[in-house]
Amino acid sequence: MTMYDVVIIGGGVVGCSIARELSRFQVRTALLEQCAEVGFGTSKTNSGIIHAGHHSPPGTLKGMLVVRGNELYDRLQKELGFSFRRIGELVVAQSQEEIEILEHLKQQGVEKGVPGLEIWDQKRLLREEPNLSHTLLSALHAPSAGVINPYELAFALIENAEKNGVVLKVDSPVEKIEYQKDRLVLHTPTKKLATRFVLNCAGVFSDKIAQMVGLNDFVILPRKGEEYMLDKRLQGLVRRLIFPVPTKQSKGTLIIPTYDGTIMVGPTAQDTFDRYDVSTTYEGAKQVFEAVKKICPSISERDTITEFAGLRAVSNTNDFIIGTTAVKGFINVAGIQSPGLTAAPAIAEYVCDILENEGLELIKKPDFKPHIPKVSHFGNLSVAEQKRLIEENASYAKVICRCELVTEAEINHAIDHGARTLDGIKFRTRAGMGRCQGGFCAARCMNILAGHTGQAIHQITKRGSGSWIVTKMENHQHPKTGKEV
Amino acid sequence: MSLKWKTINIQKPGKKFNILGHMEQAYDVVVIGGGPGGMGAALGARESGVARVLILDRESEPGGILLQCIHSGFGLHYFKEQLTGPEYAERFLNKVIDDNVKIMAGSYVSGIAVDSDGTKQVRVLSEDHGQVIVKTRAVVLSMGCRERTRGAIRIPGTRPSGVLTAGLAQKFVNMMGMLPGKRIAILGSGDIGLIMARRLMLEGCEVVGVFEYLPYSNGLTRNVVQCLEDFGIPLHLSTTVAYIHGRDRVERITVAPVEKDLKPDLSQARDIQCDTLLLSIGLIPENELSQSLGIRLDLITGGPWVSSTLETSMPGVFACGNVLHVHDLVDYVTRESLLAGRFAGEWAQGVRRPVDNIRLIPGDNVRYCVPHSLSTEREHTIYMRCKTVMQPCKIRVGNLMEKKLRFVVPAEMIMLKIKPHLLDKFHGDTLRIDILPEDA
Ligand SMILES: Cc1cc2nc3c(=O)[nH]c(=O)nc-3n(C[C@H](O)[C@H](O)[C@H](O)COP(=O)(O)OP(=O)(O)OC[C@H]3O[C@@H](n4cnc5c(N)ncnc54)[C@H](O)[C@@H]3O)c2cc1C
Ligand SMILES: Cc1cc2nc3c(=O)[nH]c(=O)nc-3n(C[C@H](O)[C@H](O)[C@H](O)COP(=O)(O)OP(=O)(O)OC[C@H]3O[C@@H](n4cnc5c(N)ncnc54)[C@H](O)[C@@H]3O)c2cc1C
Repeated sequence: MTMYDVVIIGGGVVGCSIARELSRFQVRTALLEQCAEVGFGTSKTNSGIIHAGHHSPPGTLKGMLVVRGNELYDRLQKELGFSFRRIGELVVAQSQEEIEILEHLKQQGVEKGVPGLEIWDQKRLLREEPNLSHTLLSALHAPSAGVINPYELAFALIENAEKNGVVLKVDSPVEKIEYQKDRLVLHTPTKKLATRFVLNCAGVFSDKIAQMVGLNDFVILPRKGEEYMLDKRLQGLVRRLIFPVPTKQSKGTLIIPTYDGTIMVGPTAQDTFDRYDVSTTYEGAKQVFEAVKKICPSISERDTITEFAGLRAVSNTNDFIIGTTAVKGFINVAGIQSPGLTAAPAIAEYVCDILENEGLELIKKPDFKPHIPKVSHFGNLSVAEQKRLIEENASYAKVICRCELVTEAEINHAIDHGARTLDGIKFRTRAGMGRCQGGFCAARCMNILAGHTGQAIHQITKRGSGSWIVTKMENHQHPKTGKEV
Repeated sequence: MSLKWKTINIQKPGKKFNILGHMEQAYDVVVIGGGPGGMGAALGARESGVARVLILDRESEPGGILLQCIHSGFGLHYFKEQLTGPEYAERFLNKVIDDNVKIMAGSYVSGIAVDSDGTKQVRVLSEDHGQVIVKTRAVVLSMGCRERTRGAIRIPGTRPSGVLTAGLAQKFVNMMGMLPGKRIAILGSGDIGLIMARRLMLEGCEVVGVFEYLPYSNGLTRNVVQCLEDFGIPLHLSTTVAYIHGRDRVERITVAPVEKDLKPDLSQARDIQCDTLLLSIGLIPENELSQSLGIRLDLITGGPWVSSTLETSMPGVFACGNVLHVHDLVDYVTRESLLAGRFAGEWAQGVRRPVDNIRLIPGDNVRYCVPHSLSTEREHTIYMRCKTVMQPCKIRVGNLMEKKLRFVVPAEMIMLKIKPHLLDKFHGDTLRIDILPEDA
């Protein structure tokens, strides 16, 4: 049994951020993820916002880590090349009382060190965002807020962590944790791992993991958020993130111009007991569109092109739960609800401090490589650049996804860098994200994946385990050739 | 995890459709898309007398969607026999090759530019030759169509594996020898869905039913009879899928009758066990390329706006087949594309026909008509679709003519011939077409 210094349970943005941070040091680290790939939990189904930080109250852990997290994104983006852009955010006031709340939010932000906060009057607001409702009174502008493709972040972090020595094991649900003298032993259906420290980064399942070592001091109450993606036609409708004034429950229903330019609206905030419930609903859609129409009247549910839902891992303390526990070596990084995506890089720093306090020696690796190779998205390049790429590598001339113009070279790259499922390919390359939703490219991607991994076509999945795509025919004969398949 | 695999190739295009020299010449007519539309256009162009005609197709062999339609029922009108899709395609392919048309497969057209003298530069990403620019006088667009997906109709619920379009399922079964699932529900009664219901039944799957939110089928009557009724597959009209359930794979769907506003009446919902939901909810002409050229589109057909010579708003660029409007029979595609090819060939030889002088207006119960304008000079064939079922009825073309019909349904395209002598008498500049009850 290999002995690790640290084993991370859960490959969301939090687990992956910590893995990457630890990979700077001479520490033997492994990450166990129950899904077929990292980032397939809440980390791929969220609003993709890097918050400025004024929403979260001071004096909370999330309030402290969100501002630091935001700061860290510029460097992280330079090193890892994921899609991130600071587009700024506006909290808009619809009534006199709300104007007062804006003042309060601004005050809160200034105290926490959020840069550039400014109140805009109606004239300025409508000049900058002419498609918003003319009944809005004023707005709080926070220039440091940004948008990101969150799944790219998880992939990039783990790729870089692996490059620097972290061991990733996917399809590895932790089922049992044993306490032995000086070590913790983790059991998955196929392996056992021993380690000095366990980091519980299991998202909505983090209370279940804690229970495996007998800790019952917190529970997760998943809170579902539904999001609705609108047709490209609406591109440019708003240029910044648009927030209503927040309520106790959530930051409200937002208008989000995503990194790729598509407008997304959501999320809802609905408590649920089912930790797998990522369904969208009629009620959810109704709520979202009623709310955003008040702020931007030209948005309509008819423009929806796709929708999804994610679960916030809300804990009963309503704050992040990060720290040591009664069980030596077992550290919680739990209850990472919103703004967990923003805070993730700061959480990683914070957790490293905790580990060091607990006696883990953090000696820098002299040969740490902070970068991963940059991949160009063929479809975004100029004709001249495309031509140059094709001359370097002929498979750039093989179009696999027609809607997003993704080439075989990009698919190959994605597979070489960890994609194991159709969703893995899709979230890395955009193949299958366009108008035809994989009608054209699914079969092609399956063939390429099968060729690379040696899997049979029917073993290929959408996103791991039970998500098979095709099954074998009873008579096993190819309909055209009559040969056995 | 960091394994090093060698790069593999997906299906190599056949040698004969893969000769670089073909792309290095200048052409009279370049046809984009090698389905029945494209092959018909190429033959039409040759008939008009031009010598240099090239077909470009992104797939590894020409034939278009026909190659995955291994059922018979093609060519009843054109060849007067029942052919399968691949047989129909093969007949045309042989003609095209005999007629000295050049074909390049594995060649994705990513853009077209127009020079100041009207020469078109077609930009091709070729699997074997990289980026190539092909020069031509005229272009025929024949890129076919794609299927509408779940997002287009907003079905709430989870997003598991097992929700796919009927055409993709057809590709899995007929081209890859794989089944999309074992217990299948089908939403939408488009032809592809109907054909797949039968196909999957024959492969030993259980087809639990076809659900259509309209009060009538969207497919051809012959397909409802031959694919559903003959196999005892229930067709539930005025019913829709209201929810999709299942974590990793579809486990269940909720179906419900629709109310007048076509929204599901959830008080009457029931659950059905299945592992697959096929969508056969309509086709959309594939016009990204046309749009990038700035060609004017018809919002109803989703295809280019075309004159009576099937020329788009871009001079020297023609369109035919499913990229122009969705056809239900390949025979109509062939007929239309031969014409488009002929006019494109003429254009390449410098013939400029007089500009159309009559604009067609879709009137009562007419969803669209193609072409969008006519010229008094020639005989015309107008293709159109109605909005709702009507029987018996008549088509009225301005005050020029009336034609009685037993019935019209939105699923079946209507073809109407207009003789030149009728138009001779016509002096207006717009001509309205209505479909009216017989006694109107
Ligand atoms: C609708 C919505 C919108 C949001 N918008 C924003 C936003 O705009 N900005 C922002 O900053 N934050 C946002 N958030 C919050 C943010 O998404 C989360 O805080 C963040 O993704 C949490 O990351 P994580 O790594 O803790 O969780 P996850 O991504 O859920 O990762 C946990 C991982 O643990 C794995 N796991 C669980 N159990 C086991 C086990 N037994 N063995 C092995 N692995 C296991 C899971 O498979 C999963 O991959 C939003 C959340 C939601 C739901
Ligand atoms: C599933 C199905 C079942 C059918 N069943 C019947 C039937 O039973 N009887 C009947 O009469 N008719 C049937 N039809 C209708 C008939 O087959 C179609 O109307 C006909 O194939 C349309 O021809 P097309 O050439 O316009 O399009 P397609 O056959 O779709 O051909 C378009 C071609 O263009 C290529 N292409 C597109 N974009 C590019 C690009 N950028 N660069 C290069 N190439 C490109 C595509 O790869 C494709 O090969 C069926 C259609 C479908 C989809």
